[in-house]
Amino acid sequence: MLRRLSLIRRLTLFFTLVAASVVLGLGGLFMTAADRHFIDLDRSVLQDKQHLIDDILASANSAEDLRWRLSEALNHHHGLFARVTTPTGQALFQTEGFPEPDRWLLPEHETLLHALTREQHGQRQYRTQQFRAQAQYAPEAPLVITLAMDTIHHRHFLDDLLRTFAVYALAAILVSGLLGWAAVYYGLAPLRAIKAHAAAVTAQRLQACMPVQAVPAEMADLAQTLNQMLERLQDDFRRLSEFASDLAHELRTPISNMLTQTQVTLATPRENAAYRDILASNAEELQRLARMVADMLFLAKTERGVDLPHKERFMAADEARALLDFYEAVADDKDIRLTVQGNGSIEGDRLMFRRALSNLLSNALRHAPAGGHVRIMVAERPAGTEVSVDNDGEDIDPQVLPRLFDRFYRADPARAHPTSDGAGLGLAITKAIVEAHGGLISVTSAQGVTCFSMVFPHSDE
Amino acid sequence: MKILIVEDEPKTGEYLRQGLNEAGFVADLAATGSDGLHLALHGEYDLVILDVMLPELDGWQVLASLRRRGLEMPVLFLTARDQVEDRVKGLELGADDYLVKPFSFAELLARVRTILRRGRGGGLDSNVLRVADLELDLLRRRVTRGGKRIDLTAKEFGLLELLMRRQGEVLPRSLIASQVWDMNFDSDTNVIEVAMRRLRLKVDDGQPVKLIQTVRGMGYVLEVPQEP
Repeated sequence: MLRRLSLIRRLTLFFTLVAASVVLGLGGLFMTAADRHFIDLDRSVLQDKQHLIDDILASANSAEDLRWRLSEALNHHHGLFARVTTPTGQALFQTEGFPEPDRWLLPEHETLLHALTREQHGQRQYRTQQFRAQAQYAPEAPLVITLAMDTIHHRHFLDDLLRTFAVYALAAILVSGLLGWAAVYYGLAPLRAIKAHAAAVTAQRLQACMPVQAVPAEMADLAQTLNQMLERLQDDFRRLSEFASDLAHELRTPISNMLTQTQVTLATPRENAAYRDILASNAEELQRLARMVADMLFLAKTERGVDLPHKERFMAADEARALLDFYEAVADDKDIRLTVQGNGSIEGDRLMFRRALSNLLSNALRHAPAGGHVRIMVAERPAGTEVSVDNDGEDIDPQVLPRLFDRFYRADPARAHPTSDGAGLGLAITKAIVEAHGGLISVTSAQGVTCFSMVFPHSDE
Repeated sequence: MKILIVEDEPKTGEYLRQGLNEAGFVADLAATGSDGLHLALHGEYDLVILDVMLPELDGWQVLASLRRRGLEMPVLFLTARDQVEDRVKGLELGADDYLVKPFSFAELLARVRTILRRGRGGGLDSNVLRVADLELDLLRRRVTRGGKRIDLTAKEFGLLELLMRRQGEVLPRSLIASQVWDMNFDSDTNVIEVAMRRLRLKVDDGQPVKLIQTVRGMGYVLEVPQEP
């Protein structure tokens, strides 16, 4: 239930509870101390009287003399009562207004009773003390002396104190609760600021906007983390929308080509052969589109970072040789030498690796000049197994190099649509595959050799 | 050979039916899962082409019902989703093959023929394949045309063997790449074109009858050309 309360309410409640326990605790302590202090006072007063009575007993020479002297000493004391009885229970002396004499009977053979007790008596409250003492004139029969002291004025004082304190405590608790609420409310203002900023975030406005400078240190961290999250989201979102617009852009041209071609064909009656031609051309174009869509899907799936479907350990050079077999005819045709050197093992998806390497090879073969050389090199490095493909060919502008892995990027815009060329997704796919394996891909181009290098990290075992 | 197509997209279904009919099969079309199941139970089909996403009963359920009732005809799945789980599920349920949409018709036809041939147990295997005056000896790994020896590389031999085994069938590039080179993904290269051109140079160059033909937009076929 507590979890449902707002933070402000929760903290206010805690504040109030803490204030209440502190105030009440202090109050309790104070009341106990006051009470104890009164007891001490009462005790010393009663003891004074006991000594006085002891003195009188020691010097009185008859019961009459004792009675007279006691009344002289005690009768004028307001609120103090005394009674002296013989061992048989007969009262020798009793001050005026001694409350309910029958209650104060002392059991036999006890010298000292309760040193100090508290007796409730109707509306009144007494502190009492009883003791036995011998009178000087009749030492064989010790007398029982009972002293009682009316303590009602102490009680009144304490009750007043308690009332005053209760009012004060209630007020203090209320005020501190209120102050707590205010402190929490204003203390949490930065949180509301962050919330207001977060509410302003939409897909279109994903910029990092949390006020890191304006909030306290504890929340600056949170704001910073949120900003970083927003940046990552913005990045992903930008990539996503670029992806969509790239796709639309790439689809537009072939679709409008086909549409025009088909409509022109339909406009006038033609020979069967002409229709066949158009349909075949459309089929080719559609196949290209279908493959592009499939490639885009593959790319999206791989970039999303799904788990590799089939993980196994395989030798990179074996896969490279299988690909060499495949590309042999093309290489032969262009009189390009294709070689594989070195070996190393890779843990990953064999088919995806093949696809990655195949794209690099096909790219290398496309750009190597007739009579050139395309080399695949496999080597175990500290960082992992490196598989590189290099080809002779013109140097690529260093500024263009990093863009080679972009989707739909074609280094030479004039060659945007040769039949053998794909949609310009090959290198992007290769990069996505390498990254899905936790690896790195890089490209260098210098002194007539362009080299793509993929590093697949060793699996941690 | 009777084939049942269960496909709820009317255009696709109709074209598949027409295409299969024209390829020499008897093809029926059902547009919902329950219609398809009903037809499949009573129609004695040699093959069922089953879309996964269907109204009423989906493809998985249709397949499961068929197998539960002891019908063991081969089933080829069409799926729009290229998910490994989908493939595994289909194959576990007893599907024989699957194709991911969009697929080319040539690809579908080639797969259909492969499945149906598998069903017949490939009984007409012989050691020598012949088309017109072209002979391929599987044991001695020799190829002759009109009695004259043709030297082929290993992969060219494999390629020609595939074309001759499936003479008259148009083979799409992806199928050729997968069967001859074990390349089970689409690659954006002209490898198949180049390999075909080189094979054609060895087999057909200088011959009055060209056996290897390109069918534009579809693939390649090896057959004795019909007179126009």
